[in-house]
Amino acid sequence: MLYSEKVLDHFSNPRNVGEIEDADGVGEIGNAKCGDIMKMYLKIDDDGIITDAKFKTFGCGAAVATSSMATELIKGKSIDDALKLTNKAVVEALDGLPAVKIHCSVLAEQAVRCALSDYYTRKGIDPLPIVGEIHEPEE
Amino acid sequence: MDKRFIYADNAATTQVSEEVLNAMLPYFRTAYGNPSSIYKLGRDAQRDVEAARAKVAKALGADPSEIFFTSCGTESDNWAIKGTAERMAKKGKKHIITSVFEHHAVIHTCEDLEKKGFEVTYIPVSDKGLIDPEDVRRAIREDTALVSIMYANNEIGTIQPIPEIAAICKEKKVLFHTDAVQAVGHVEIDVKAQNIDMLSLSGHKIHAQKGIGVLYVRKGVVLPNFIHGGGQERAKRAGTENVPAIVGLGVAIENAVKNIGEKAAVITPRRNRLIDGLLEIPYTRLNGDRDKRLPGNLNISFEGLEGESLLLMLDMNGICGSSGSACTSGSLDPSHVLLSIGLKHEVAHGSLRLSIEEDVSDEDVDYILEVVPRVVERLRSMSPVWEKMMKGESYE
Repeated sequence: MLYSEKVLDHFSNPRNVGEIEDADGVGEIGNAKCGDIMKMYLKIDDDGIITDAKFKTFGCGAAVATSSMATELIKGKSIDDALKLTNKAVVEALDGLPAVKIHCSVLAEQAVRCALSDYYTRKGIDPLPIVGEIHEPEE
Repeated sequence: MDKRFIYADNAATTQVSEEVLNAMLPYFRTAYGNPSSIYKLGRDAQRDVEAARAKVAKALGADPSEIFFTSCGTESDNWAIKGTAERMAKKGKKHIITSVFEHHAVIHTCEDLEKKGFEVTYIPVSDKGLIDPEDVRRAIREDTALVSIMYANNEIGTIQPIPEIAAICKEKKVLFHTDAVQAVGHVEIDVKAQNIDMLSLSGHKIHAQKGIGVLYVRKGVVLPNFIHGGGQERAKRAGTENVPAIVGLGVAIENAVKNIGEKAAVITPRRNRLIDGLLEIPYTRLNGDRDKRLPGNLNISFEGLEGESLLLMLDMNGICGSSGSACTSGSLDPSHVLLSIGLKHEVAHGSLRLSIEEDVSDEDVDYILEVVPRVVERLRSMSPVWEKMMKGESYE
């Protein structure tokens, strides 16, 4: 498996690993059967700025690295910006991923949306029109 | 930080030994003749190829005329299975018996034959990773063309009761092939005494180079020609001989089969110490029978983590191992071997295979036992699956 230096860096020194006790939005995606689960915690202030993001991941090197990079890319950003995060942006920020690992970046993108969806649900707002559908990976 | 390098993946490939390399070197620049050429340079090459063939034959208890050089173990498997299928189909025999946990070289070849109208029975294995010879007996039919069962499993190292299975095949007058790629050099093999009709082996698993394999075909078993061309390998497997690799294999197999018992006496206690030490980590299981396994093999599943991450972290600590996780197989499914012995997908994803030889010292074992628990703990601490397990929740 040919991983970029950046992937290996984010794998061996993952940024933002852990939990947020009083998170405003928590999202979990994937399943253990397929070998990847990402759980994302977001802290969002009254202005809709993501002040903190943390993750826990069960998965391969790419799964850990994409989780780490996704949290880095949305920290300090507005919800609107976070919703614009694409898997492609995660892949590019990591200097590429092997073709068989692209699904990990999709999972990272969906984990962010999943956590944002939870944020809106907690506020009593229907997340579907804002966040859109969350795509669970196929078994 | 202790900067070690521990190669514990000999089931994947081995280092070419110095003795093998030295034996090969003259054949690149000095003794580079084509064995088919008439002049001395060619004749010498032919003589040395035949000497290597005799060494391989001796190591297996075979006759040199029963040894065919191929490019790898996979090619040998393909030839044995497809060749037998083709020949036996003409006699109306289109049924093949193999096991669920064969190497892909066998499984995918059988699946291809299924598409071509053959029927294949995949014998199940026990939760210990062992085949019951009686299951093979029960599966044999009037139209069975071939039984192909691996000698030792490549992932969990379990050694199959090959002499028993082969004896049943002989009694039932069905041809028997074994993929012995993992077994050669670790298990005593005698094709005559053990009634083996065909056997595949690979050079690079026994300290020869990659790109050389052998198919043993018992005298009297007729296989169709596999590669058409010149008269090499008695025209059955044409193509100019890979002389350096063949010579190297001769040396390698001679070394591999000598002192099998002494080697095992050194490796087994170290391997057992690894097993016992790693099983002290909670939520961990040994895959495959503890005793009926290759001396250097261990395969352990750690719940709550994923194998590729584990391998990458071990690599960062200078330890080379392998895993049956989906991520290392390039598909979403974990190893078919681990699933075949009843592991759930999520447990199979977190497996680690180490395959050691004598060069892995007692100090190396200590080091592995120091590193692995640390890495397992780190990966579990960032795993949502582990978190759920600890809370007693289901993660399925």
